Amino acid sequence: MILVLITLALVFTQLSVLAFGGGNAILPEMQHQVVNIHHWMSAEQFSSLFAMAQAAPGPNMMIVPLIGWHVAGPAGLLVTSIAKFGPSSMITVYALKFWQRFKNHPFRSRFEQALKPITVGLVLVSAWMIAHASAQNNILVMIIILTTLLGLFKKIHPLWVMLLGAGLGIVLL
Amino acid sequence: MKLGLMGFGGVLPLAHRMIVEQQKWLDESQFTNLLGICQLLPGGNIINMSVAIGMQFQGIKGAISSVLGLIFAPTVIVLMIYQVYEHFQYLTVVRHLIQGLAAAAAGLLFATGFKMLRPILKSKLTLLTITLTFIFMLLFKLPLALTLVILLTINFLILRVKKS
Repeated sequence: MILVLITLALVFTQLSVLAFGGGNAILPEMQHQVVNIHHWMSAEQFSSLFAMAQAAPGPNMMIVPLIGWHVAGPAGLLVTSIAKFGPSSMITVYALKFWQRFKNHPFRSRFEQALKPITVGLVLVSAWMIAHASAQNNILVMIIILTTLLGLFKKIHPLWVMLLGAGLGIVLL
Repeated sequence: MKLGLMGFGGVLPLAHRMIVEQQKWLDESQFTNLLGICQLLPGGNIINMSVAIGMQFQGIKGAISSVLGLIFAPTVIVLMIYQVYEHFQYLTVVRHLIQGLAAAAAGLLFATGFKMLRPILKSKLTLLTITLTFIFMLLFKLPLALTLVILLTINFLILRVKKS
């Protein structure tokens, strides 16, 4: 049990420090660690947890405490949350203190330019992996395509799109 | 402070409304600047921003309480959803509901990715980077750290060559 908690802490600390470009960019690595390396759950279960986390309000990394809970109960939840949100927050605290010096440094805009397409690529890889695990039949593929288009072209609150997906799942499957 | 941030819901537009329009903790340009910094640093933008705002008021203590305030309520809600699912997952309806939900979550993630792609679509660097990201992560299954280092190096070099 202690060993599991230590492993959870290590995995999520690493993810926290690497989360350039926000939480969605580390989903592929998270899935890889949780599913393929440590076998804490199946790819399909990972997608279900992600879906539940997205259905709830709050910052989009609510899958983190869920994974902790799924693997090791309340202790797991505490460990993953602290490991995920602690290090990146500490970096923010220190970075803000030193930020004034770099305010107009050209490095900043170049870093931004170099990072942006990588972030977008990682978000698309995340989408691909979640889609891959959840598309078990043609109806589910259709729901994925439909919700992609709705999210892209209509200004609907994401919660309604999620509810539509859930509703279609109940009616059509 | 804690209560103030409790309701912040996590989504960016909502955060903007609370911080700038309602509480007036920051003005428009301060908000944009801070968001820019938070986007560069690892971690969720909103979480980093709540750290920054908490720091302004109470130092480290403020930062910790604003992050706790931000994630406490959503954690409780998400756990409740999970518990309900655990209890009722033997029901076909519940399984289908979650499958539909997962499909919708994947669709929305695609939509987010494509929306982020739109403003930078014209640059050739974008398409190259995205193709390489897919190859590294899905085909070669490289770890994220390595992928980030390789791609950042490539992009830095390309940007430097372009400039000179």
